[in-house]
Amino acid sequence: MGKIQGIKLIDELGRRHDGRLPEEMRPVRMRVNVLDNADGSALVEYGRTRILAAVYGPREPLQRFMILPDRALLRVRYHMAPFSTAERKSPAPSRREIELSKVLREAFEDIILVKHFPRTAIDVFVEVLQADGGTRTAAVTAASLALANAGIPMKALVAGVAVGKIEGVLVLDVDELEDGNGEADLPIAAAPSIGKVTLFQLNGVLTREEVERGLNMALDAIKRLVELEKKALIEEYASSEEVE
Amino acid sequence: MSLTPFKVPIVPELRKNTILSLISKGLRVEERDLYTPRLVKIETGVIERAEGSAQVYLGKTQVLVGVKVDVGAPFKDTPDEGVIAVNAEFVPVASPLFEPGPPDENAIELARVIDRSLRESNAVDRSSLVLIPGQKVWVIHVDIYVLNYDGNLFDASMLATMAALADTRLPDYEELETGEILVKEERTTPLKLNKIVLTTNIAKIGDYLIVDPNLDEEVVSDTRIIIAYDAEGRIAGIQKSGPGAMTPEEILKAIDIGANAVRVYFKSLEEAIGGRVPGQ
Repeated sequence: MGKIQGIKLIDELGRRHDGRLPEEMRPVRMRVNVLDNADGSALVEYGRTRILAAVYGPREPLQRFMILPDRALLRVRYHMAPFSTAERKSPAPSRREIELSKVLREAFEDIILVKHFPRTAIDVFVEVLQADGGTRTAAVTAASLALANAGIPMKALVAGVAVGKIEGVLVLDVDELEDGNGEADLPIAAAPSIGKVTLFQLNGVLTREEVERGLNMALDAIKRLVELEKKALIEEYASSEEVE
Repeated sequence: MSLTPFKVPIVPELRKNTILSLISKGLRVEERDLYTPRLVKIETGVIERAEGSAQVYLGKTQVLVGVKVDVGAPFKDTPDEGVIAVNAEFVPVASPLFEPGPPDENAIELARVIDRSLRESNAVDRSSLVLIPGQKVWVIHVDIYVLNYDGNLFDASMLATMAALADTRLPDYEELETGEILVKEERTTPLKLNKIVLTTNIAKIGDYLIVDPNLDEEVVSDTRIIIAYDAEGRIAGIQKSGPGAMTPEEILKAIDIGANAVRVYFKSLEEAIGGRVPGQ
C-alpha cells in the first residue's frame, strides 16, 4: 500500500486511526491444533492480520541432500495467499517472501533443539491468509505455537510484534495503513524467558534513542504475547481427551 | 522456502580456536582490533559502458557495482519519482561456495537490505529522475556483482553502491513530439544524491561483538547484525542476519560500535568520490 496524501494517523487526543493508543495492540487471537494432517498448527490474528502455521516433522527428509548428520534441517516458508492483499498477489514466491522465509527461519534456528533430531527435517509452513501489517511478526507467533503444538522441544516460546513511527510517535503493532504512511517499521521477535531477540529489522530512519525505546516497547508486548501463547496451549491440552 | 544451509565451509578446529582465542584477547587474525574494519580500497568509473560503476576491496572481499539507466514508467503510487532497482548476483567466479543460477536467499536479502537503506533515507533524489510526470522516469538499475567472497558482503556492497551512484551520470535526452524519449550517447548530468548511507556489519561470536567479519569469522559467528547509518549518525536500517539470537543489550551495543566504525567507511568513500555529494 502506498502513501495517501494528507492522511492523519494520530488525532489531537493521541488516538490512532482505529482508536488505539500508541502502546495498544490490536485484538489478538490465538488457537492451536487447527489442522488435522499437520503435526502441529496454529491460527493467529492481530486485528485483521490472519496467519496460519503448520509444522510437519521431525520427519525423514524428502531429498538426500537435506540430511544433516548432527542435527535436524529446518525448512521455513513464508507465503502470502493471493487473496490476502488489496490487490491480488501472484502466488509465485516474491523476493520479499524469499527474504522473510530466511528471516523467519533464522528466528527459530537457535530456539528449536535441532540436535535432538539428527538426519531429519522439520518443516514450518506459514500462510498469510489476510495481510493488514505485521505479518512477519504474527508469523513468528503462529510458528512458535505450531512448533509447540507439534511437540518439538524448544528453549523457549517466541513471539513477535512490530513497532512503528507515525507522525513522530512510536506506536505498537502497526497495521498496513500506518506502515504504508509512517516513517519507520521495527519488526521484532524475542524469546522473553531466555532474554533473546531472534528477529530484528528496521525499515526506515530512527535515532538510536528511538530504536532503544521501540525495542523496549516491543519486548513488553512480546512478554504479554507469550503469556497468551501459553494460555492457548493450556486451553488446547486441558480439554483434549487421550485416545486409546 | 528457506533451508538450514547445508553447504557451509568448514573452518578447521585449529583455525577456529585461533580466531576465538585472539578475539578473547581483543585481537583478530588480520592484525586488527575487534572494532576496526579491514583495509578499504575504492575505485570508481571502472566500467565505461555503465552510467556509473565502482569496485570495492574490503580486505580480500571484492565487489563490483554497475549502474545502468534506462527509461521506464513510474510506480503508480509515486508518479513523480524515478525508480531504483537493486539486484545482487553471487556469481560463481567469487567463491567455491557459489553456484550458477538465479539469486538465492542470501543475494536477495543483501539486495533488499541495501535497497531499503537507500530508499528509506532518501539517499537518491528520486524526484530529480522524472522525464514526463506520471509517464516516463529514469529507472536506475544497481547491479551488485560479487567478485571475491571473503565475508561481509553487506559493507562492501553498500560502499560500492554509494560509490557507483556518486559516479553515475544520466544520459542526455530529447522529448520527441510523439511523447517518446530519445536517449543520447552523451552523459552530462550527475545523478543527484541527497546523502550518503553506509552499513556496519557486526558479528556476534560468543560474548564478543566484532566489526567487519571475514569469511572464517562469519562461519564461526553466532549471528550478524547489519546497521545502516547516515552521516549525521541516524540509523537508516537494521537487519539481523544469521541463525543465532542476541540480547537487547548486545543489539544496542552493536549500534554504538557500528556508529563509530562506520566513520572509517565514510572517510574512505569521501576520499574516493571527492565533493560529489552535496552537504557531505
